[in-house]
Amino acid sequence: MSTSGSIDPGAPEVAELATEVEGALLSAENVSKIFGGLVAVNDVTVAIPRKKIVSIIGPNGAGKTTFFNMLTGLYKPSRGKIVLDGADITGHRPDKIMAGGVARTFQNIRLFSTMTAVENVMVGQHARMRAGLIGSILRPPRVGREERGTREKARDMLGFVGLETKTFDELAINLSYGDQRRVEIARALASEPRLLLLDEPTAGMNPQESEVLTTFMKRLRDELDLSILLIEHDMKVVMGVSEHITVLDHGEKIAEGDPATVRANPRVIEAYLGKQG
Amino acid sequence: MSAINSNLESFRNWKHANLAIAVVLIGALAIFPLFKPPLDGFIDDCVLALAYVVMALGLNIVVGFAGLLDLGFVAFYAFGSYAAGWFASDFFSSINGEKGIHIGAGTFASTLPGIHLNFLLVLVAAVIITSIAGMIIGLPTLRLRGDYIAIVTLAFGEIIGRFAVNGQIGGFKYTNGRQAISPVDALDLPLLKEFDSAFSIRGYYWVALTMVAFSLFVNFRLRDSRLGRAWIAIREDEVAAVSMGIPLVKTKLMAYAAGAAFGGLSGAFLGTYFNSVNANQFQFAFSIFILSMVILGGLGSIWGTVLGAITLSFINSYFIPDVFNGIPGSLGLDFDLTQLSFGIFGFLLVMVMILRPEGLLPEKRRRLELKEGIGADEAIVEVRA
Repeated sequence: MSTSGSIDPGAPEVAELATEVEGALLSAENVSKIFGGLVAVNDVTVAIPRKKIVSIIGPNGAGKTTFFNMLTGLYKPSRGKIVLDGADITGHRPDKIMAGGVARTFQNIRLFSTMTAVENVMVGQHARMRAGLIGSILRPPRVGREERGTREKARDMLGFVGLETKTFDELAINLSYGDQRRVEIARALASEPRLLLLDEPTAGMNPQESEVLTTFMKRLRDELDLSILLIEHDMKVVMGVSEHITVLDHGEKIAEGDPATVRANPRVIEAYLGKQG
Repeated sequence: MSAINSNLESFRNWKHANLAIAVVLIGALAIFPLFKPPLDGFIDDCVLALAYVVMALGLNIVVGFAGLLDLGFVAFYAFGSYAAGWFASDFFSSINGEKGIHIGAGTFASTLPGIHLNFLLVLVAAVIITSIAGMIIGLPTLRLRGDYIAIVTLAFGEIIGRFAVNGQIGGFKYTNGRQAISPVDALDLPLLKEFDSAFSIRGYYWVALTMVAFSLFVNFRLRDSRLGRAWIAIREDEVAAVSMGIPLVKTKLMAYAAGAAFGGLSGAFLGTYFNSVNANQFQFAFSIFILSMVILGGLGSIWGTVLGAITLSFINSYFIPDVFNGIPGSLGLDFDLTQLSFGIFGFLLVMVMILRPEGLLPEKRRRLELKEGIGADEAIVEVRA
């Protein structure tokens, strides 16, 4: 993993420092997670501004995914506070946080493998639908409309992420790796999030595919007004797309700032490459 | 690729095919008892099979759709049957000054003490009681997964069974244990009056058939709904499901409630049909019997479950006691084949698992998965990711 990738000519303009918690869409304040005796995340503060792309980087085992899992409610923080748009959501259930507008993808693709691409994306809209047990059985016109609308939107969303129409009704498990990534992003987008968390979206992609994804992320920010929080190992992607970067190592925040600042930070280089001499 | 496309094409036609099959089949099934004697043994076997279909369809929601292995389904059979026992018999004979409470009951039942509700009201009561019981039994399993759910539900099945045998409050045996609550009111519905149930079981057959049609309708509607997708999503990947906004507790409890409701529906019907509710009926083996039907037919497959239920039911009540029972004797052996029923079921299940692990009529998803040999790729995806 190299930190000295070629400098992107179109490097993003420096964003205001994201640590300033006021006005952030989502902020984690002094968050820690302790598993037994292991401190996986220690006192980390990160703020995600609106309509910006920010990244968390760090070596393997730095606590990035644990941090993600706290933001999305899969883990309850041992200490600290998570605030979404002014509301404290610390310890809320994942489905509630999702309904509040935070959607995610997973490091290991977690599609519902025996459901079709369209059905997967329809599941993503669960929190935006209303049909209950009785409604599902009796299927009054309202539920029928909702069901059709959901399917329609799922297809639109799959088109938006660039899936070919003929693969819409394939089982997720039959899709190519890149298409599975696309469906996972479509599934997250279908929930109409304000914040999208992407956990190593370019893992297993070739440079061309990563390039396409980078452009796509910018499109999401500009066209859908989304904030994106990215965990990524590919420095070219990170440096090319992020407006703010937070670096974690051994569960602690060791640096943050715009890409240029982070790239030059000696502690970051040390974390990745080891101490010199 | 073309193979996959043709598979997809067949999926689209499936829905219509399902409908056509259902209409023709139910039409033929509806009129056949008229060609049989009114108390025919074969109709009796059919009534049982249909009642078991309803139960198996209920269990299929819990185990097949939502992937929650429930080994205590007998509890809902019990609750349903006791709903019939309590609300359609002279069991509470001292109620209302020994005059009884009657709501829409038949002409004869209206003269008896005790609570006597119309059969349809009994069904409604059974559904309400069992849905609530299903949610209560489901609650402690919510934090558990897989095998642990099975153990907890198994324990609940046993607990309900014990209560059925021994339960009493202040000396009042509210289940009447092994003395049974009997007689339960005979079926008495306006259109079926002419087929007096003492001389004909056709009425029961038609009611059971209607219940199966109703259950199929509900199952198909649920499967192709927001809730059905949520159940399958939970079955596939609980973490992803909850991250996609599916509330686990609520969705699982709905699966338990819906599944239990069918157990109760069928239980209330069987209580009425057997004319008695006896604690001996509610054994662990019954849970396994119903679960075997679902597995034999194909977990998660609605038509598969129907086929599995009919197959096992007929093996149990027709082939073993009536058709093949002479075999041990003709081989010079002296035993009753029905004593081997569970051995035979076990053998059949093992054979199915070896020869056709996806079940007789597998769910379309699983069938495609197995046909295309995709299971093998799954490990690779995991490794690459």
